[in-house]
Amino acid sequence: MAKRGIPVLKKPGGNFCPGCGHNIFHRLICEVIEELGYENNQMMCFAIGCACNHAAVFNGENTMGPHGRPASVATGVKRTNEEMLVTTYQGDGDAYVIGLQDTFNAAYRNERITQFVVNNTCFAMTGGQMGWTTLPGQKTATSQTGRDTDTTGAPLKFPELVRNDFNAAYAARGAVHNPKEIRKTKGYIRQALEAQIAGEGYSIVEAVSICPTNWHMSVDQSIDFLEKEVLGAFELGEIVKRRGE
Amino acid sequence: MSETVLMKGNEAVAEAALRAGLDFYAAYPITPQTEILEYLSKKMPELGRVCVQADSEITAINMIMGAAYTGKRVLTSSAGPGISLKQEGLSYCAANDLPVVYVDVQRGGNGLANMGSCQTEYKREVTGGGNGDYHAIILAPASVQETADMVSLAYELAEKYRNIVGIMTEATIGQLVEPVTFKEAVDPASLPVPSWAKTGKMISSSDEPIKPRIKDAKPKADRAKYFQMKEEVQMWESTNVDDADYVVFAFGAPSRVVYDALLILREEGQKIGMIRPQTLWPYPEKALEELKEDVKGLISLETNCTGQMLPDVALARDLHFKDRHVPVYSCAYIVLDRIPTVMQVVDDIKAIISGQTEEAY
Ligand SMILES: Cc1ncc(C[n+]2csc(CCOP(=O)(O)OP(=O)(O)O)c2C)c(N)n1
Ligand code: SF4
Repeated sequence: MAKRGIPVLKKPGGNFCPGCGHNIFHRLICEVIEELGYENNQMMCFAIGCACNHAAVFNGENTMGPHGRPASVATGVKRTNEEMLVTTYQGDGDAYVIGLQDTFNAAYRNERITQFVVNNTCFAMTGGQMGWTTLPGQKTATSQTGRDTDTTGAPLKFPELVRNDFNAAYAARGAVHNPKEIRKTKGYIRQALEAQIAGEGYSIVEAVSICPTNWHMSVDQSIDFLEKEVLGAFELGEIVKRRGE
Repeated sequence: MSETVLMKGNEAVAEAALRAGLDFYAAYPITPQTEILEYLSKKMPELGRVCVQADSEITAINMIMGAAYTGKRVLTSSAGPGISLKQEGLSYCAANDLPVVYVDVQRGGNGLANMGSCQTEYKREVTGGGNGDYHAIILAPASVQETADMVSLAYELAEKYRNIVGIMTEATIGQLVEPVTFKEAVDPASLPVPSWAKTGKMISSSDEPIKPRIKDAKPKADRAKYFQMKEEVQMWESTNVDDADYVVFAFGAPSRVVYDALLILREEGQKIGMIRPQTLWPYPEKALEELKEDVKGLISLETNCTGQMLPDVALARDLHFKDRHVPVYSCAYIVLDRIPTVMQVVDDIKAIISGQTEEAY
């Protein structure tokens, strides 16, 4: 059962903007790690981006590597520490743009790690530039008249790519903007980590999340935009189910 | 000591690393270093250790970074452009004081570069290479035996100083087959887990996370460490320097050509000596204490076209000869596909002695 109160892996606080989904998603991950009894046998490989902010409020063991490279850093940790629960915590720019090579190849090898990716449809830390998850027509700092998919590509759906082309153990996409989705997302996190513990292979959970600061909206407007626009492009649910489930 | 075997320089890197207790290796194929990957991809699984053929040099350096964080002995290797791709990762290793070891089997030139036996990576390796404010210790072997010896030394130095160590060989040394005797093998399981290794346990709340980045103490400690390494790690080998009028500075494969050239010049009555740097960073400035007071000139001899080592020889000269000017000459071999012949070196040194070559510094 879910514990109440702040998980031991988390310190109070954190430098996130009000309404940001990063903190909710990260807290859920911390809760599940603890519920599985791995708080003293885990490594979280942090990305560069707003994800970095967790490092200051995380009591768990962690690494900091270059922008985009957490899946590779995690590979080195996992291959030499098979019993350790090894995760990455990244933004979508980190995991799917600059680090697409690392993410893709970790999934391709069926590396026994779990990637957690916050999809806020932009590069938040650097001021809200377009990423590969930006919606068609969405205005960002580098797509000021709206994203033109003819010249910049259409939103990248990595979990779907995993489903179609790789032999991964588990892939899901959740959201963290209301209690119902938060509960479901926590379930996805648990499935992904259990898949790793059981040695089933690569797992990934993406969380669609609001970024009021870079969307230039209030929290309420952001949630509205997420429900009406973002979830239209990014379907929620289990995209690759565990074998035998 | 084990028996002596005939082996390629690249294979000797791999075998010596295994014997030093290598836990984890990741790399991407590139000539002239690929034998290291091939050798380890066969041997490591047999020993229950991990070798990953990575999808690029970038992911390879990041993989070994991950294993190094947990205190494992790690290695990656590459050449030319592949080492360029590793620079961001190496800079992160420096930021986190990770004792990673890498091997650069140099190829020659810019861009794709060629398969020549060259020393075109000197400048990058000795300055740290990546962004920021750090140095890797750079070891430069001149034979297959020395390559093997430097691999075990690399792990000792890396762990002693919690610093990156690069072994800079070159195509000739990597491809050369010579007799080599290896040290007894160390079982990685018998090595103590370093106190700083990340074991997966929770960080006590008194610890600052990401220590190195946010404490003022880190740059101060770094400065002290780099000065300490400069003082303690310099290594070189000298040949006939006590009475030498001219002293050649040469490392790696060309130093072997210089050695033969010295024999010929001695027979002709020319007093020429050689200092062969074995560490390129820190540069063996102390070696100049062996020179006679009235030495006539120093010669930086290397196989690259810009004379990458030349400024280091000039700096060492300035540090040692405070009261008089000792000219520094450059012999930089710009033929990128081969090292100079003995007679070419003899002629070039004679041109310096006879005053036909202008001093460089
Ligand atoms: C090599 C490199 N290039 C660029 C940057 C600058 N940078 C830092 S974070 C970031 C983007 C982060 O976006 P994302 O991964 O989506 O995370 P978010 O901040 O949205 O959570 C960029 C471009 C960097 N740190 N390193
Ligand atoms: S900029 Fe966006 S993603 Fe970053 S903390 Fe603020 S709301 Fe969250």
